[in-house]
Amino acid sequence: MSIEVKHLTKTFGNFTALRDVSLRINDGELVALLGPSGSGKTTLLRIIAGLETADANPNSEINFHDTSVTGEPVGKRGVGFVFQHYALFRHMSVFDNIAFGLKVRPRRDRPTKNDIRDRVHQLLKLIQLEGFADRFPSQLSGGQRQRVALARAIAVEPQVLLLDEPFGALDAQVRKGLRDWLRRLHDEIHLTSVLVTHDQEEALEVADRVVVMNQSKIEQVGTPEEVFHHPASQFVMEFLGQVNVFHGRVSNGQAHLGDMAIDYPHYIAQQERAAKVYMRPHELDIKRVQNGVPGLPATVVRVNPAGSVAKVSLRTRDGVDIQVDVPFEHLSELGLTQGDNVFIYPKKARVFIPDFAI
Amino acid sequence: MSQALIVNEVVTPVLDKRTPAAFIRGATEEPLWVKYLLISTTVGFLTLFLFVPLLAVFTEAFRKGIGAYLNSFTDPSAIAAIKLTLITAGISVPLNLVFGLAAAWAIAKFEFWGKSILLTLIDLPFAVSPVISGLIFVLLFGMQGWLGPWLDSQGLQIIFAVPGIVLATIFITFPFVAREIIPLMQEQGTEEEQAAITLGASGWQTFWYVTLPNIRWALLYGVILCNARAMGEFGAVSVVSGHVRGKTNTIPLHVEILYNEYNFVAAFAVASLLALLALVTLAAKSIVESRIYQSVPKSLEPTSAEVARS
Repeated sequence: MSIEVKHLTKTFGNFTALRDVSLRINDGELVALLGPSGSGKTTLLRIIAGLETADANPNSEINFHDTSVTGEPVGKRGVGFVFQHYALFRHMSVFDNIAFGLKVRPRRDRPTKNDIRDRVHQLLKLIQLEGFADRFPSQLSGGQRQRVALARAIAVEPQVLLLDEPFGALDAQVRKGLRDWLRRLHDEIHLTSVLVTHDQEEALEVADRVVVMNQSKIEQVGTPEEVFHHPASQFVMEFLGQVNVFHGRVSNGQAHLGDMAIDYPHYIAQQERAAKVYMRPHELDIKRVQNGVPGLPATVVRVNPAGSVAKVSLRTRDGVDIQVDVPFEHLSELGLTQGDNVFIYPKKARVFIPDFAI
Repeated sequence: MSQALIVNEVVTPVLDKRTPAAFIRGATEEPLWVKYLLISTTVGFLTLFLFVPLLAVFTEAFRKGIGAYLNSFTDPSAIAAIKLTLITAGISVPLNLVFGLAAAWAIAKFEFWGKSILLTLIDLPFAVSPVISGLIFVLLFGMQGWLGPWLDSQGLQIIFAVPGIVLATIFITFPFVAREIIPLMQEQGTEEEQAAITLGASGWQTFWYVTLPNIRWALLYGVILCNARAMGEFGAVSVVSGHVRGKTNTIPLHVEILYNEYNFVAAFAVASLLALLALVTLAAKSIVESRIYQSVPKSLEPTSAEVARS
């Protein structure tokens, strides 16, 4: 079931949580809403669920499968909602938690007791918690609780699954495990899913498409590859992954950082303008000597070889800190130690001019 | 420099030898005499103000034997007083249960203008002297009051009659239930209710299956306290009752009348009922309290033990 929202605005008193947001999520997709806290991602999710109402506006629409659900109450929208803090019914067993949505149905739609039991046990198997039916939420670990919450949400066979920072309260290892599990689950049941997260790694790893949000607006929508490698704005560039930022000047189709020149064909005017140049740590090369073209001189501050690549911290003459990821073979070739003076060459760089649209 | 080092090396072991374990006190522990002083003050105070009076009530009640004690309850005016007390509690406690739930629900689950004023108003009966509370009703419904003449023309009597007693009792006891469940409901938040609603539960189902079970013990606790106060209230009821023997006397008022008539055995016998009620209330309260403690959920944060599992 596809989800479409159009021109949603939401204000809480003086605070604008969403500013004219439109988005389409295709049938069977797993989409991540990614952004810092306060960017409006949770508000958007709750409006889709019907837990919040968008500001009244004749142009705003919420459609499920191209049918408007704007006026529909939460319970009628057929959404499964997973909360950050699980929101399990604390006085009910795991079984009763999962069965709740089926038990509260009107008598004519309610499955029989046996059907409910079969369904719950099938779901317990799916979340790998068989044998936990009689436990209470307080007897489960955080990861187990969140899996029960997921089972409870999909027990009612929702049309869409909405997850509000589902792994936010868990520690890193559990989060990683559950994230992979969620992806496998999605590949199995193909339920249109929207996941809110502030963890970029989570979004990039799990989602089919990532919606990057900032300050009540959508900054970019794209596949993980697109948003990571082709960020549409400075914000997306800075928010996704580590990045080195330099302040330079552009003119005549080139950006200048000290003696170094970077092609930037989008700005061909002669008049110089200030620009920001972004380079990710793995997009930089370290050389001991300049090879004809001017590089950026820097001094090695620290070499940290713990990880899949060595992380080298450097400082330029202007006092700008730079991170460079160096593969180990290359590191031993270079033989870098603290205090060495080297040159930095960008393999790839992105230039953004403030208030200048390409 | 080297001298200082030597001093350190020598002094430390000597200090250790001279400090037997018994003299080492935890940082938060008081000296023994402070401990005993505090304990004996508390016990002395309790004895003087609680145990002795309680004992006195029962001693006086049984002074002329068990026959005289039981006789005190066969008096028609005593029976009428007990009946009226039960009626009053029977009306005011359920009403305040509903009111307390409604108020707690509104305060804990919604944001609205004037919320803090409402919260303060709920405490009003605690802050106002019960006699003043009674006088408010006399002022409203009495013959010289605002609504008195109109009520009289309709043939309704509220002051110096049962309705007045019930009204005053409701007013005095309405904070009990609300006060008990508001903090609990605020702490529990609305997430479970939201979850229930997304799962298709109606408002009533959400209340019945999710909200109520989460607050049941606190609710019962509030009801117990509310009931104890409803049966034992003196000041406000005294003002509105008119002390019509056999008609508008509750147990506390009946005790006062008997005492003023120098009928000590009967006065203390009836008073012993209230004392018993207090004891039963205390017992019920402590049982329920332990249930509330049990039902408080353990932290919902993840445990490190799960890391291996997932």
